[in-house]
Parts: sequence; C-alpha cells; structure tokens
Amino acid sequence: MSGSRRLLIGGGIALALWGMAYGLWYAVFVEHQVLNGIGVSLAAAFDAAASRSPGDAETAFRNYEEAKYVYDRQVDVHGHWIGLAMLLIVVGIAFDRVRFAGRQKLVLASALLAGAAIFPLGVLLQTFDHGAIPRGIAILGSALVIAALLGITLGIAGREAPSE
Amino acid sequence: MGFSKSSFSEKTHKLDASSFAPLSARRLLVLGGIGLILVGMLFGDIFAVFVLHQNAARVGASLAAAAHAALAGDRSAVLASFQDVGSFLENRGTKVDTHVHMIDFGYLALMLAILQPWIAFEEKAKRDFAWLFLAGAALLPVGVFLIHYVGLAYSPLQTIGWASIFADLGGLLVILATLGFLLGLLNRFRSHAAAHVKDGLLSDRSAAGRLLLGGGMVLVLAGCLHGAYYAAVDLYRHEALDSSILTEMAKAAVANDAGTVDRSLGAYGQLQGDKAVKIAAHAHSIEFGLLAMMLAFFQPYVRLRETWKTRWAYVLILGSVLLPVCVLMELRYGLVAGGLADFGGLLVILALLAMWIGILRYTGQLDSQAGGVR
Repeated sequence: MSGSRRLLIGGGIALALWGMAYGLWYAVFVEHQVLNGIGVSLAAAFDAAASRSPGDAETAFRNYEEAKYVYDRQVDVHGHWIGLAMLLIVVGIAFDRVRFAGRQKLVLASALLAGAAIFPLGVLLQTFDHGAIPRGIAILGSALVIAALLGITLGIAGREAPSE
Repeated sequence: MGFSKSSFSEKTHKLDASSFAPLSARRLLVLGGIGLILVGMLFGDIFAVFVLHQNAARVGASLAAAAHAALAGDRSAVLASFQDVGSFLENRGTKVDTHVHMIDFGYLALMLAILQPWIAFEEKAKRDFAWLFLAGAALLPVGVFLIHYVGLAYSPLQTIGWASIFADLGGLLVILATLGFLLGLLNRFRSHAAAHVKDGLLSDRSAAGRLLLGGGMVLVLAGCLHGAYYAAVDLYRHEALDSSILTEMAKAAVANDAGTVDRSLGAYGQLQGDKAVKIAAHAHSIEFGLLAMMLAFFQPYVRLRETWKTRWAYVLILGSVLLPVCVLMELRYGLVAGGLADFGGLLVILALLAMWIGILRYTGQLDSQAGGVR
C-alpha cells in the first residue's frame, strides 16, 4: 500500500472515530441543554412580546440567536468530520486509479486530509470566537478539500497508460 | 439478466471466494450495509411524503399561533404554542436523525467491508466486530426513532429517556467495532504486510465500476462546490434573517401591528424553505456521490449481465443527479420539482435494490458451489 493511500485510509478512519466520539460526547452532555436553551429563549421572547416588554424580547432574541448559531455549527462539525472521513477512506481505496506520480499523489492526499481535519475545526472555533480567524481556518480547510478533490477527479479521468 | 456458469467460475476464481464466505465479516458488512442504506432511504421517502410537509405546516401554524397570541397579549397561549412547536420539532428531528444515521452507518459498513483484507485479525474476530457494528447500527436509529414516543417514561435521568440511552449505547457499539477494525488495520500497517494484500475486488475495471466511480467523484465535487457557494453567499445572510424576522415579528406584536406579524410569518416560512432545499441539495449530492463510488468497488459481486450492471449504474447516477437538482428547484417550481426529486430518489433505491439482489445471487451461487465441493 502506497504512503498516500495509507495516509488517506488511516487518516479517514481516525477522523471518523474522532467525529463519532465528538458526536457521542455532544449528544450525551451538550445537545439536550443547548436545544432546551434555544426553545426557552424563543418562548421567552414571545412571552415578553405578549407582556409588551420590547427590551426583554430583544434580550431573549439575542440569546436565541447566539444559542442557534452555536448549535448549528456544533451539529455541522459532527456531520462534516464524519462525512469527510468517509470521503477520505473511499478516495484512499480508489487512489491507485489516480494517474499521477507518487509525489503528486502524496501532495493531493495530504491536502485532502488537512482540509478534512481543519475545515470542521474552523467551524467549531467559530462557536468560541466570531472573528475572522476561525472563519479563515474554515475557508482554508474547504478550499484545500475542493482543490484536492478537483485534482483527484482529473487524475481518475486521465487517460490510462498503455502499461496499465 | 442471467450469467453463464463458465464466466461466473472465472470471475469467482479471480475474486477469491473465501473472502466472501457465508457469515464472513465482508459478506455481513456488504449485505448489512446495503440493507441499512435501503431501509434508511425508504424510511426517508416515507418520512418525506407522509410526515415532513405536514409537520412543517404544523410548526408554521404553531409559530403563527404564538405570534398572534403575543399580539393579543395572551401569555399562556404563547407558552402553549411553543410547547407544540417543541414537540413537532422533536418529532421531525428524531425522524431526520433516524434516516441519516441508518444511511451513514450503511456507508461505514460498506467501507469497512472493502477494508477487510487489510484488517489483520482472525476471521472469527472480524466477524464478531461486524456483528457488533451491525447491532449498534440498528440499535441507534431505532432508539432515536423512539425518543419522541417514549419520552422520559420510567427514566432514571432528568433529561434523557430510555430511548436516548439505548440510542447512545448503539453509538458506543459502533464506535467500539470501528475501533476494533482500526486496531486490525494498524496491526497490518505495523507489520509492513499491507503491500502484500491482494484483493480482486479492487482490480475490477468494468464499465459499470468506472461509471460509478467517475460519476460519484463528480457528484461529490459538485456537492462540495455547492456547499462552499452556500456558505459564502447564503449562510450568514440566512442566520441574520432568521433572527431579524423573528425580532420584527415580536416588535410588531408589541406594537399591535397584525399586518407586519403576518408578513413576518410568511417571510420566516420562505426563509426556512430556502435553507432546507439548499442544505438538502448539498448533502444529497455528496452522499449519493459517495454511495456511487463505494458501489463501484462491489460491482464484481453483482451477479448480473454486464449490460444490466451498466444500465443500473446509469440509473443510479441519473437518480443521484435528478434528486439534488430538483430539490433546489422546489421553491420555484413547487410540486412538479418535488415530484421529480422523489422520482430521482426512487431511481436510486431501485438501482441499489437491483445491485443488492445481484450480490445475493452471487452469494447463492458461491454457497451452492461450496456445497457441491463438500
């Protein structure tokens, strides 16, 4: 098994386990409380509106917005880590059909693995910091994934050499 | 859709029949994995037709009731409406989770099936891990499905019911089994014997296999590009709109402005629809792409004529393109696009079922040959 194939398959399984462990931890210790927070703040906002208290309604909506922002990203992170891990494994298995030199294949595999790991990490970091750095990490990760996939697609579509 | 005996023997010889022996880990994972995907897709279709739209209408109606109760200054009605919204959302969420987890575990099972020759354990240990995986993969979605119906009845915990506990147990079993397979893989890598593993399954270059692999790769790439476009153009706008529409609705209720409340309700429904179709198109394009790529590897096990294998591969790719494209058009073209999307899903299910039957025919042939030898 080539180094690039080993990198993709080993990295993919490790990432899948990491994503599942994160999902299990999230489901047991965080999700119920976060969902409860979303429901409570939304209900509180409309309750405040019924009580004709616009200030309280606005505060409750801000809480709802923040809780929903965090929840959406936490669920996305779980889904994307596992989804990208599966993609790494499948691409790794098919990697002998990519018609590039070994070194180029290693670069593509490394870019795909790095992107698959840091794209969801950037999304997760956005739950702690709404600034540009976590967003930049997520964009860099997704760009790496897309560029690597484009390269691999071209490699698979390439004409088969007569010796193959 | 037959298959001549001589050509079958030739192919099974190339494939090494022992790797697909009765109750072997690979056979359990392939048949169990495709079975999980089929059940998950059928469940998704039934859910989409009979639950999803009705449930969305109920959520919308309850939200409208809450807004109008706020308008009337009726606090108890507001809380009652939100309790209804919570219940409808839980019903929807658990059904989506059931559908998604069943399919994803099916994918994982197929991948583990492909990796079996690299797992450096005895066949019995691999079979035990496969059973453990399938038990967890069945337990988690069933547990999640029951969460809405079981609730907190007889639960020893304050926020987590028995159905959740069993669902989490299922997740744990899947993690343990996957961890076991990973250890086997690491053993193989450590012993530097991975280079010597030969698997006839991966050397297949049939037309159906190439079509599924290439088509799948393009679908995954298209799904990723669409996801990136959604994140860049729509994600933050949608999040800002979600909050601003609700705030506007509440402010209008405070100001006793019924017209603005109704307009905000309409805009909120439109926003949720826009979000849902874009995320569904992104997710389905990638998932169908991955499925096509995985099925490419199992084509040597599909005991159908080459022409039929190629036809079913085309059907699968066609359905995989049709569904996400038509889902995206649902907001503009309504039921016509929705119907075409459902038809795309049906094509994928039919192609998958045909391949599963083909694999079952292969196992029957293998087993009868083994019986003949005995």
